[in-house]
Amino acid sequence: MAKASKGLNMRNIGKSFAGVPALSGVDFEVRPGEIHALLGANGAGKSTLMKILSGAYTNDSGDIVIDGGTAAIRTPADAKANGIHCVYQEVDTALVPQLTVTENVMLDRISAPGGKGWLRWGSLHREAESVLSQLGAHIPVRKRVSELTLAEKQLVLIARLLTEQARYVIFDEPTAPLSLDEAERLFGVMQQLKNNGIGCIFITHRLPEVFRMCDRITVMRDGRRVMTAETQHTDIEEVVREMLGRSFAEEYPKTDAVIGSTVLTVSKLSRARYVRDVSFEVRAGEIVAIVGLVGAGKTELSRLLFGADKKDSGDVRVYGRQLDLSDPASAIAGGIALVPEERRKQGILVSESVGRNLSLPILKTLTRLGFISKQRETRNAASIIERLGIKTSSPALQTMYLSGGNQQKVSIGKWLSTDVAVFVFDEPTKGVDIGAKSDIFRIIGQLAEQGKAIVYLTCEFTEAMGIADRILVMCDGRLAGSFLREEATQEQLLLYASGGGEVNG
Amino acid sequence: MKSKAMDFTFRYGSLMIIAFVILFFSLWNENFFTYGNLTDILRSISIVTFVAIGVTFSLTVDGFDLSVGSTVSLTTVVAAALMVWYEQPLYVVIILPLVLGAIVGLINSLLIVRIRIPDLLATLAIMYIVAGVHKTFTKGYSIYNNMQLTDGTTAPGTFDESFLWLGQGKWLGIPVPVILMIIAVVLVHLFFTYTKYGRQMAMTGGNEEAARLSGVRVKRIRTAAYVASGVFAAIGGILFAARVGTGQVDAGASLLMESVAAVFVGYSVLGAGKPNVIGTFFGAVLIGVLLNGMTMMNLQYYTNDIVKGSVLVLALAVTFIHLNRKKQ
Repeated sequence: MAKASKGLNMRNIGKSFAGVPALSGVDFEVRPGEIHALLGANGAGKSTLMKILSGAYTNDSGDIVIDGGTAAIRTPADAKANGIHCVYQEVDTALVPQLTVTENVMLDRISAPGGKGWLRWGSLHREAESVLSQLGAHIPVRKRVSELTLAEKQLVLIARLLTEQARYVIFDEPTAPLSLDEAERLFGVMQQLKNNGIGCIFITHRLPEVFRMCDRITVMRDGRRVMTAETQHTDIEEVVREMLGRSFAEEYPKTDAVIGSTVLTVSKLSRARYVRDVSFEVRAGEIVAIVGLVGAGKTELSRLLFGADKKDSGDVRVYGRQLDLSDPASAIAGGIALVPEERRKQGILVSESVGRNLSLPILKTLTRLGFISKQRETRNAASIIERLGIKTSSPALQTMYLSGGNQQKVSIGKWLSTDVAVFVFDEPTKGVDIGAKSDIFRIIGQLAEQGKAIVYLTCEFTEAMGIADRILVMCDGRLAGSFLREEATQEQLLLYASGGGEVNG
Repeated sequence: MKSKAMDFTFRYGSLMIIAFVILFFSLWNENFFTYGNLTDILRSISIVTFVAIGVTFSLTVDGFDLSVGSTVSLTTVVAAALMVWYEQPLYVVIILPLVLGAIVGLINSLLIVRIRIPDLLATLAIMYIVAGVHKTFTKGYSIYNNMQLTDGTTAPGTFDESFLWLGQGKWLGIPVPVILMIIAVVLVHLFFTYTKYGRQMAMTGGNEEAARLSGVRVKRIRTAAYVASGVFAAIGGILFAARVGTGQVDAGASLLMESVAAVFVGYSVLGAGKPNVIGTFFGAVLIGVLLNGMTMMNLQYYTNDIVKGSVLVLALAVTFIHLNRKKQ
């Protein structure tokens, strides 16, 4: 390893959170002037590794070596002092929206201590302009950043890194929110950085981009590095195999429900670039999973189906009757219920009791002569608590004291006394323990047996293959593929979800 | 141990303070703890309580309504003018101010719910507009029986006897406004505890997005809360005119502060930790007792503001210390 003197080396990095190892023995190397892809499924440890590199976390063990010398990186400022910078997906947090492009690009210079006190705007504007044009970006430097598009903001951020003498830049899923053209332009900029001798780390879920742009690929899985290879010595199939590994033997209690006639018909549903021309059907008793990577548009789709966001076009029918999707109340009246992803913020009211949460959607039916019947309310709560096995000391307990899985059961349970025909679940097993997980699968199976139509959105492919009758793959807001349960393989799902469906035909 | 003591203080602290203040004034002045004086206190807080009930509505949906004081001023002079200037029958004198209160509430909710201006800013602007409207309407003069009009003639009408009864009369020895106040507190309490809309308001205030995703039509609910706020302020204005027997300019100026203080004292009554109408009532009692007792002690009138402000600060401090402690 004599020639490792040039470049950035992370050696044998380990990190645990509350005793749970997130990274163990990870080696990762970036050379000046290369683009190095860092890949892995959700939770593989990519972001933890990058947060260590950028000073947001400190590692428990291992060293970071730059140009042969050990670098102590404990804070984001340390990272910057070592020339390590980040371009996060949320560029807005790094920019000051009320200030102009120049002020943002030259922020370091302007706010540097020991300056002369006078700002020479003419030369500042000219300098900002020249940095931007180096990147091939033509953005009026006197414009406010808040008026720029997201892609332009990314460029402003990158321009700032250049003025701060960046040597290594971490791109954390920068293309996820971009259009194709915008992504193209960003690739041009990355190429430019590479030519200037800057080492780029590129995190993305879109595999075709990786194979076009990157010199080397590192794959992580379960907190370990499982592969590093030159791009020309590997291919999409191998990378996908390494990302998934071979260790999935979870059991899913799949019950076979009788599948009836069509209940839910979605046609050409669209909203901006999040959801584009999505059409599908779900029949009574059928569980249809919609899988996709983070950012594919699943949550947006679920909110559209439920009237939580406004659609641009398309329509949704339940039993052939077109739904009014102007707000969730109308969607519920039309027969759709949503169990949202963010259960503590959206699914339940944490400071209210279990009982009051469970009766919220059915207050009308609990009301007699204008007053809520406490007796009916108690009976309803007791029956749902028993049916779903919600572990709570009493229906009067505030839901904030329940475990994640039991909170999720409350979020599901509130719909059980309504007469909706379609249940939409958005990542219902996120953050719940194994026991509650299989309870949730069992509940969903029972709903299907009762003839409900189930839409199950998830980024966990194994879950989809475990419980769904059919699996639709979503990528960049579109449905990219459709599989029956028997014919789907994880490799195929991931391939289509990464936008590789077309590549392989 | 420490946290148990804190919980106890939070649950019973405000009731103990009320008891302590009453005890203190009773020992200080023998005329304080008499039937006459206690009903006087209740009568004096009846108007504040109505306005504070309105504030309870807006705070329940996690909003705020600064315009209640101005609404009181407006409805007071309108009720007076309807009798003194326009000789209208009693039902018009009562219904029109209520409608005006509802309209102010609708305008507030239009700005806050539809146009999405932050509640404090929207109602701050409306507070000034309504205050300006009521002074423009009266040209800055209070309205009373046989007042001289600008054209030199005397006002044609007078305050209706049955109207004055609302503010000054007694029934079974109890002042009428006190009876009205107790009825209102009970009804609103029933509304929040046992009706669908009351429950939905509480849920909307607790977490608007979760309530919306559970099928609550949150815009309607919030609109209704602001309308209720305006209507209860209007009732306060009508009672004010009936009690004083004139249409005072700026009648409601001090009521915003007092009613907000009452509601926040109410947060901590029996450890509710959120707006509740029973607590609001006790909050109003505390303020009424303090003001009455201080008058008996012959403290300077202007010290009232210092006391009211201090009560509000204390109530807010207790509430937020408690809420932040709960968060950790």
